[in-house]
Amino acid sequence: MTHSTTAEPLNYLNHKTGLWSWLSSTDHKRIGLLYLYSITIFFCAAAVLGLLMRIEKIAPGQTIMSAQTYNGMFTIHGIIMVFIVVIPGLAAVFGNIMLPIMIGAKDVAFPKLNLFSWYVYISGAFLGLYSQFANGHSPDTGWTFYVPYSAEASSNVVIALTAAFVLGFASILTGLNFIVTIHRMRAPGMTWFRMPLFPWSLYATAWIQILATPIIGITLLMVIAERTFHIGFFDPALGGDPVLYQHLFWIYSHPAVYVMILPAMGVVTEIFPTFSQKPVFGYVPIVFSSMAIALVGYFVWGHHMFTSGISYESRWFFSFLTFLVAIPSAIKVFNWLSTMYGGSVDLKPPLLFAISFIFLFTIGGFTGLTLGSLATNIQLHNTDFVVAHFHYIIFGGMGFAFFAGIHYWFPKIYGRMYNFRWANISWGFLFAGFNLLYFPLFVIGIQGMPRRYFDYDPKFQTGEVISTIGAFILFIGLIGMISNLVYHSKRGAIAPANPWHGVTLEWQIPSPPPHENFDEVPVITREPYVFDHPHTN
Amino acid sequence: MKNHENHISSDTLNWTVLVILLILTTISILAIKMHLGAFTVALALILASIKVTIVLTYFMHLKFENSLLRIMVGGVFLLFAIVIAITFIDYYFR
Repeated sequence: MTHSTTAEPLNYLNHKTGLWSWLSSTDHKRIGLLYLYSITIFFCAAAVLGLLMRIEKIAPGQTIMSAQTYNGMFTIHGIIMVFIVVIPGLAAVFGNIMLPIMIGAKDVAFPKLNLFSWYVYISGAFLGLYSQFANGHSPDTGWTFYVPYSAEASSNVVIALTAAFVLGFASILTGLNFIVTIHRMRAPGMTWFRMPLFPWSLYATAWIQILATPIIGITLLMVIAERTFHIGFFDPALGGDPVLYQHLFWIYSHPAVYVMILPAMGVVTEIFPTFSQKPVFGYVPIVFSSMAIALVGYFVWGHHMFTSGISYESRWFFSFLTFLVAIPSAIKVFNWLSTMYGGSVDLKPPLLFAISFIFLFTIGGFTGLTLGSLATNIQLHNTDFVVAHFHYIIFGGMGFAFFAGIHYWFPKIYGRMYNFRWANISWGFLFAGFNLLYFPLFVIGIQGMPRRYFDYDPKFQTGEVISTIGAFILFIGLIGMISNLVYHSKRGAIAPANPWHGVTLEWQIPSPPPHENFDEVPVITREPYVFDHPHTN
Repeated sequence: MKNHENHISSDTLNWTVLVILLILTTISILAIKMHLGAFTVALALILASIKVTIVLTYFMHLKFENSLLRIMVGGVFLLFAIVIAITFIDYYFR
C-alpha cells in the first residue's frame, strides 16, 4: 500500500491505494462506495432484464423469448432488484457514507462488522446470481417464492432462497451497526432532536431491519426444509398451510418496503431545506412520522392477502391499518412542500430529482390506497395495476430519491462536480421514460391485464407498446446519468467543500472528507437546519 | 456517553440458572410423551419462552443493563407477540 504522491490533500480516497486497500478497508465511506459500485452493477443487470421483458411484450405471443424464459426473467429481475439493490440500497450506500459524518462521528460503532456485512452481502448476491445459471434451471417462482409452487418447482429455488437468507444477514448486521452508532456515537451536544433527519430515517429503518428480517430468514429456511426433508409447514399435502407462508413472508416483506422508502424520505428531507435555504418545515412531525411509518407499517402486511383466503375480520383490520399508514406519509409530503414554500428555491439536479420523487411517490401512494381498499382490491389484485403501483413506489420513490441523493452528495463523495446540463437532460429522459413505461400499466391493469403473463389479449397492445417505448427512453436516461457521474467522478471540476450552501455537518468538512472525517470532534450547539445567511440565487 | 461498569455474575448464579434450564428441557421432553393433545405444542412454547427469558435475563445480562436496553428488548418481544397474535387471530376467524 502506498500513500498518494499527488498534490491533492490526503482524503479517504487517496490516503491508501490499491485494490486490497479497498477490499480490506473498515472506513465507512469506502464501504459505502463498495456498496454503491456493487449495487449499481446489479441494478444495471436487472434493468437490462426488465428491458428485455418489455421487448418481449411489444406484441402478443412469443417475440424474443419463450414463456419459461420469461418466467425466469421476471423472477431474476425481482430477486436482484428487491433483495440485492433496493433493500440494501440507500441505507447501505448513503447510510454508510454519510451517517457517521452527519452525527459528528469518525466511523460507525463496529467498523469491522461493517466490512463483514459487505462481504456477507456480496456472497449472498453472487449466490443469487449463481442460482440463475446453475444446472440450467433459473428459479421461476417470482421473487415472492409463494408455496406450494416454490416447494415443488424443479428449478433452483433452494439456492435462490439461501441467497435471500444470506442477504438478510447483511441487512440485520448493518441495521444493528446503525442503531448502536446513533445511540452511542453522536457528537457532544447532538441531542436526539438536534440530529439531522436522514440519520433519523436510518434509525427507523434499522429497527425494521433487525426486527423483520429474521422472520423472512426463518420462513425461507422452512421452505428449504419442506423441499429437502418434506416437513409439512406450508404444503397442504403434508399437513401444512400455504396461507401461513404468505403471512410469514409479508410480515417481513411489507416492512421491507419501508426499509426501502424511509431512507429515501430521509434523503429528500435533506435536499429540500438546502435547495430552499430554509429550515425544514415541521422537524418534529417528520421525526415522529418516520417512527410511526416504521411502527404501523409493521402491521399492514395482510393487505397483500385480501384475495388469499384470510378471514373477513383480518381483511377489514388490515385495510384500516393500511389507510392509517398513509397519514404519516402524507405529513411528510406536506412538510416537504411547505419547506419549499417561500424559500429561495434553486432548481439544481438534486432538487429536480427530489421533486420528481414527491410526484411519483404520491401517485404510488394514492394507488396504494386503491389497492388497500377491499372492494377495489378484488378487481385489481394480480393485474398490471399492482406492477405499476409497486414501481411508482419503489422506482419512482426509492429510485428517484437515490438519484437525488447521488446528485446531492456527489461533490462531497468525490470532490468533483458533475455537468448540470447533462444531469438535467438525463433527468428529462428518466422522468418522461418512467411515466411512459409505468402509467399505461395502471390503465391496462384496470382493464384486466394480469401481471407476470408472457402473452396477452391484442386489446392491450397499445398500452404495452407505449410502455416498451417508455422503457427505451428510461434506459437512455439511465445511460446518460450514469455516464455523467462516472466521467465526472474523475474529470469533473474540483468541488468546493460546500457547493450547495448546506448546513449539516457533512458540508462543514473538506470534499472529499479526510480519512477520519473530522480533525476535531465537533460540538453541536443548535438545531440542524439553521440558515444564518440565506443565499439568494 | 458514559459506559456503565461490567457486571460479573457469581458462579453460583450461573450454575443455578444452568440447572433450571436443564430441568425445563427435561420437562419439555417428558411432556411429549404425556399425550396432552393440542396442549403439547402450547406447553412446549411456554417452556421455551421461559427458557428464553431466563437466558436473556441472566446469561445475557439483561437484568444488569440499563432500562433503555431492557425497554428495547421488551419492545421487540411485545412486537413479535402482537404479530404472532394477529396471525393466529386470522386462523381463529377463518
